[in-house]
Amino acid sequence: MINIRRSTTVLRGLLAATVLVGPVVALGGPAPARADEETPAEPPRVELVLDVSGSMRARDIDGRSRIAVAQQAFNEVVDALPEETQLGIRVLGATYKGKDKKVGCQDTQQIVPVGQVDRTQAKAAVATLRPTGFTPVGLALRSAARDLGTGTTARRIVLITDGEDTCAPPDPCEVARELAAQGTKLVVDTLGLAPDEKVRRQLLCIANATGGTYASAQSADELTGRIKQLVDRARDTYTAAPAVVGGSARCPDAPLLAPGVYTDREQFSEHRWYRVPVRAGQELRASVSIALDRPVNPDHGVLLRATAPDGRELVRGVDAGSGRTDVVSAGLRWSAVADSEDEDSAGGGETPTPTPGDATAAPTTVCLVVSNAFAPRPGTRADPGMPIELTVDVVASSPAPAGPDLGRGWVLLVLLTLAGLITGLVAGLLTRWWVATWREN
Amino acid sequence: MRTPLIRSGAVLVAATALTLPAAPALAAPTPSPGAATVTKAGTSFLTATGIAAGQPVRVGASTGDHLYWSFPARAGQLHEITATVSFPKGRTGASTWTVEVFDGLRRRQACTAGAQTPTATASATSVALGCALRQVRSWAEPWSADPLPGTYYVRLSVVDLPEPDLGLPIDVDLLVSELGDGDAPADDGELKAPLVPNTKAGTVLTGEPSAAPAEDDDEGLLAGWLPDLSSRWIWTTIGGVLAAVAGVVGFALTRRPRRP
Repeated sequence: MINIRRSTTVLRGLLAATVLVGPVVALGGPAPARADEETPAEPPRVELVLDVSGSMRARDIDGRSRIAVAQQAFNEVVDALPEETQLGIRVLGATYKGKDKKVGCQDTQQIVPVGQVDRTQAKAAVATLRPTGFTPVGLALRSAARDLGTGTTARRIVLITDGEDTCAPPDPCEVARELAAQGTKLVVDTLGLAPDEKVRRQLLCIANATGGTYASAQSADELTGRIKQLVDRARDTYTAAPAVVGGSARCPDAPLLAPGVYTDREQFSEHRWYRVPVRAGQELRASVSIALDRPVNPDHGVLLRATAPDGRELVRGVDAGSGRTDVVSAGLRWSAVADSEDEDSAGGGETPTPTPGDATAAPTTVCLVVSNAFAPRPGTRADPGMPIELTVDVVASSPAPAGPDLGRGWVLLVLLTLAGLITGLVAGLLTRWWVATWREN
Repeated sequence: MRTPLIRSGAVLVAATALTLPAAPALAAPTPSPGAATVTKAGTSFLTATGIAAGQPVRVGASTGDHLYWSFPARAGQLHEITATVSFPKGRTGASTWTVEVFDGLRRRQACTAGAQTPTATASATSVALGCALRQVRSWAEPWSADPLPGTYYVRLSVVDLPEPDLGLPIDVDLLVSELGDGDAPADDGELKAPLVPNTKAGTVLTGEPSAAPAEDDDEGLLAGWLPDLSSRWIWTTIGGVLAAVAGVVGFALTRRPRRP
């Protein structure tokens, strides 16, 4: 009995030890962390574009005029402005009182230049605004884009209006698409003040064309809250601006990409090629998003393929969908095989394949091709193409694990313990039987 | 002789049962205590707002916005996403909402359970969405779309609605909760770099990159046949020790108890 008690105590102690050891071993995974963001060279830049046309006189927001509500909202936004944000204010339809459309449609001024905001001066400039003239939205957008300048970070325009553009052409939606297709990343967020159907359609079109958002404001609180949110969002996200690249129609003359984020434009049924050098033992990771910045038919798809330079497909990523969405995305992984005997399947036709023992390893060039299955609706313009966002990364490849030589898990421990116990019992019984037989003889 | 044997066996089984990890309780997801509420949302993959599992999100938005968040996941973890969209204002018709999940390569992830695409009637004041994800694996073939460690994106949007309802304000509550962690993943392989997207602006290379010098292959003689030092070594070693102890115990049990 003493023996039994002692041995079970030992067993319990051992099991307790394994319980302590087990989880410690299990916790070894790499904690994924975002890449360190470098300090940006530019401050965030935002311009508020306010419609001060005659219709802003209407008293239909909480019994106050639209312009009064907008002025109050601007004051609160200027007060709550983050220190580093450079804010500008542009107005349209604020000065020309006449009836001449030609003159009225040139009526847009920057009342607060984009830069460090002098709060009192900005508030004074806003307070003097009186609803007056026409609504040249397209021209105001173009001017606002010029005010914000060009650079490597994203710029944001917040357009606040209550009436549709009365000066087309240029159609403000076309202007927005044209501005978004220029090199500098520009997002136009739109806010409708008590909007009707036409205004809503126009503002939705502008927001969609630039990857911005649309909101309708029916009260002063809604307007203030939304503008503040957009200004904060500009500060939080303005560094996320991809590099512009132009994909080509064939692989051999496609641009060679280093890891990073790129943007390009692709038309309906167009194929865009890019190249990425991948060394043996490395893994290529690529993802693509195509934005639906214009009205298209409900069913859509995107295909990202990686091919060898001779055209053989290596791997593909595909996604398709139906209905309302902002972007359709697909991604892929591909590992360059490190083993020399597998080089035939990995290396391209034109790239030299490294031989074993060679001092250098030439990278394999992988071609990436982006294609889409979007169908334009009647009247949808094809040019400029839809925005593509391409992410390329090259990391160490993760080889397939070899078959396990050892075991793991609680079942294994129980099995081994039971096997040991049974072996012990059998050995003990055999010994007893053998001793008994030996004594008798 | 019999009785002690049975008794020791029972003790062994009981000890084993006690040490087995308890199955995760499936309760309603609640935010982690002390987690700060996130009041922001991004509007694209690049600008997604980073959150952590157990951190509640409460943000005001407008109908039609595509809202993005991202959260990190490790191998072995199981996540569930629950969201509620409330409508403070009346709407003109029914609307269909969706919560979609993408991995770090923007590949669509399957939901194993939950109301991923519910429809809110015109009179409803809120709609609840949910998506339970697959367990994150530690390794997968490059050609497969299995969930891997890294960043995951959540996108909440409205997919179908009457056009006049676009732009109306909404309130969004979202919570990414973690259902059970710590179970060692069933795979042996390891992903060398988690699927965390490179968000820096890229640079176009001007010329073909020159060949890089081959890395030194000095892993020693042992590296060829000795498997990687993994948890399997510890498990197996402990198993061997337990087997030896059990053998001794078994042998001892067969001895006639000493009479005083």
